[in-house]
Amino acid sequence: MSKVETILRQNRDSGRGTLVGYFPAGYPTLDDSVAAFVAMAKNGCDILEVGVPYSDPVMDGLVIQQATEKALANGFRLSETFEVIRKVREQVDTPMLVMSYWNPVLRYGVDNFAQALEDSGAQGMITPDLIPDEGASWIDAATKRDLDHVFLVAPSSSDARVKANSAASQGFVYSVSTMGITGERANLDQLARQVVGKVKDLGTAPTCVGVGISSAEQVREVNSYADGAIVGTAFVKAYESGGLEGLTEKTRELARGLG
Amino acid sequence: MTPKLSAQVGPYFGQFGGRFVPEPLIAALDELDATYQAARKDESFTNELAQLHLEYTGRPSIITEAKRFAAQFGDIRVFLKREDLNHTGSHKINNVMGQALLAKRMGKKRIIAETGAGQHGVASATAAAYFGLDCVVYMGEVDTERQALNVARMKLLGAEVVAVTTGSRTLKDAINEALRDWVANVDSTHYLLGTVAGPHPFPTMVRDFHSVIGKESKEQMLALTGRLPDAIAACVGGGSNAIGIFHAFLDDEAVQLWGFEAAGDGIDTPHHAATLNRGVPGVLHGAMSYMLQDADGQTSESHSISAGLDYPGVGPEHSWLKDLGRANYFGITDAQAMDAMKLMSQTEGIIPAIETAHALAGMEHLSKVLPKGAHVLVNLSGRGDKDMETAGRYFGLI
Ligand SMILES: Cc1ncc(COP(=O)(O)O)c(C=O)c1O
Repeated sequence: MSKVETILRQNRDSGRGTLVGYFPAGYPTLDDSVAAFVAMAKNGCDILEVGVPYSDPVMDGLVIQQATEKALANGFRLSETFEVIRKVREQVDTPMLVMSYWNPVLRYGVDNFAQALEDSGAQGMITPDLIPDEGASWIDAATKRDLDHVFLVAPSSSDARVKANSAASQGFVYSVSTMGITGERANLDQLARQVVGKVKDLGTAPTCVGVGISSAEQVREVNSYADGAIVGTAFVKAYESGGLEGLTEKTRELARGLG
Repeated sequence: MTPKLSAQVGPYFGQFGGRFVPEPLIAALDELDATYQAARKDESFTNELAQLHLEYTGRPSIITEAKRFAAQFGDIRVFLKREDLNHTGSHKINNVMGQALLAKRMGKKRIIAETGAGQHGVASATAAAYFGLDCVVYMGEVDTERQALNVARMKLLGAEVVAVTTGSRTLKDAINEALRDWVANVDSTHYLLGTVAGPHPFPTMVRDFHSVIGKESKEQMLALTGRLPDAIAACVGGGSNAIGIFHAFLDDEAVQLWGFEAAGDGIDTPHHAATLNRGVPGVLHGAMSYMLQDADGQTSESHSISAGLDYPGVGPEHSWLKDLGRANYFGITDAQAMDAMKLMSQTEGIIPAIETAHALAGMEHLSKVLPKGAHVLVNLSGRGDKDMETAGRYFGLI
């Protein structure tokens, strides 16, 4: 079983729940992002999501857009994603999943990208704008190396698509909490519960909920019905206003939502 | 027998096309596809659209022979398909009326659109007013400045215009913002995409709505000259006016198809929007197609004096036609386009849009590669009123 899935199941069975933390690679610089990931890992994140800055991030709200734009303006290069992963891996064992829009992967070469993920010590990848219907090359490349391949399901997904996307995923299934882009939401929709319920009914892969989670209370709530809570915008914002200390503080705060 | 080129209906055109979008949008694309598939076979829909074109758009558009203009290029005859005479001043309305009718069928009360030159935004705002729909138009901040007149038009028509300040602040970023809006409001909202790019079914559906241009032209040219033209020319931004006039001729092998894209400062400088000449295949805005990108797969910024051609992507069907060798794509610089704009204005009394002027500038090249006496049909995709600010400054008139 994949390392990510093992952790999700153990944390579920022990009643703790799981916190997945997103941060952009290269933001604001390569070394800063390495320090950020290490701090998140040491202060309560069970799984790290390494975001690849991209010029056209259609799933992202303003906070992540501006952060990734800044990383690119500071000269971020795609290959540095793997350097970040290697440097974080030297310091912590926490599993890492890359989160990348599709075109950079395509340009790098799908098989080469998968190989680089494996070589650098990442566990797999989440692909926000790649649906399994278009993802045969990635699924092949990942399967060959036993890398996790995480696809999305959404409140709008038909039952047939929830089933197909769950079956195509390894590691976990990414349940999008709400119809919208990344960013904080005061209230998480009832929709999140419904979509998680559909995935759970299939009894296949575990599922984590992402988009809109920013408080310990929301982390607790999500973990009461799903296998993990994914947080991105709130971490980026905490870093922006309070630097590494602010990020550390935010991680500890959100981890208090775990059992 | 090899299948006809014109029979291709997506989602793929060879290796191009597809649906590279976040999962939350798939249900909306499925709904749109199903609604469109049902509508195109439903006479009440096709009749309603045809009636709207007759009574509102002003179709069929006429063909004008540009004799004094053609004389500048030697022994060729140039025929203009006058999409500039459509209501709102460009071809964009063909697609907009079709999609607005579909939005009504789907029970959506709000439409959103992206716009570069503002022509698609104006057409969308017009349809929204006509059908009583709410309308939000996303426009890159750079474009709101160079097409200020069209911003005012959209507002007067009752639309909300949102200036997009992220990324390169042009058409590409306006599309990103429209996609983000759509993800969040998909139940109430139809995304009225303005060109033949984007995820399936947009490239096929938008092409179909514009294919009326080629269908009319074919009959008109036969009546006018007794034969098919030797070549068809159109400017290519996303590619909608080009595919609209090409489509009826795709299987007429003797008819050459020429797309003219924006070469900005020059195709060998970093400042151009010549996607098909200088791009490589990749995924942008939901489809696999040629696109301008760097070695890391980051989208490159495009450059053109023409806001409507200032786009680093292109519709997947054009990528396919290029690779098949069925259509030729050629770059026209800002300076060449502006010369052609002036020439058309002063020889024919027709002020073309700067986008369209790229196709007109192409006559220089075509007059060299086509046989003597060749007939060229040009899609006069839009009028230049919106460009008076840019042209006035360029020519030192204001
Ligand atoms: C008059 C005119 N022609 C052409 C275009 C380019 O778009 P397309 O390539 O989709 O026809 C535009 C876009 O705004 C336009 O306004």
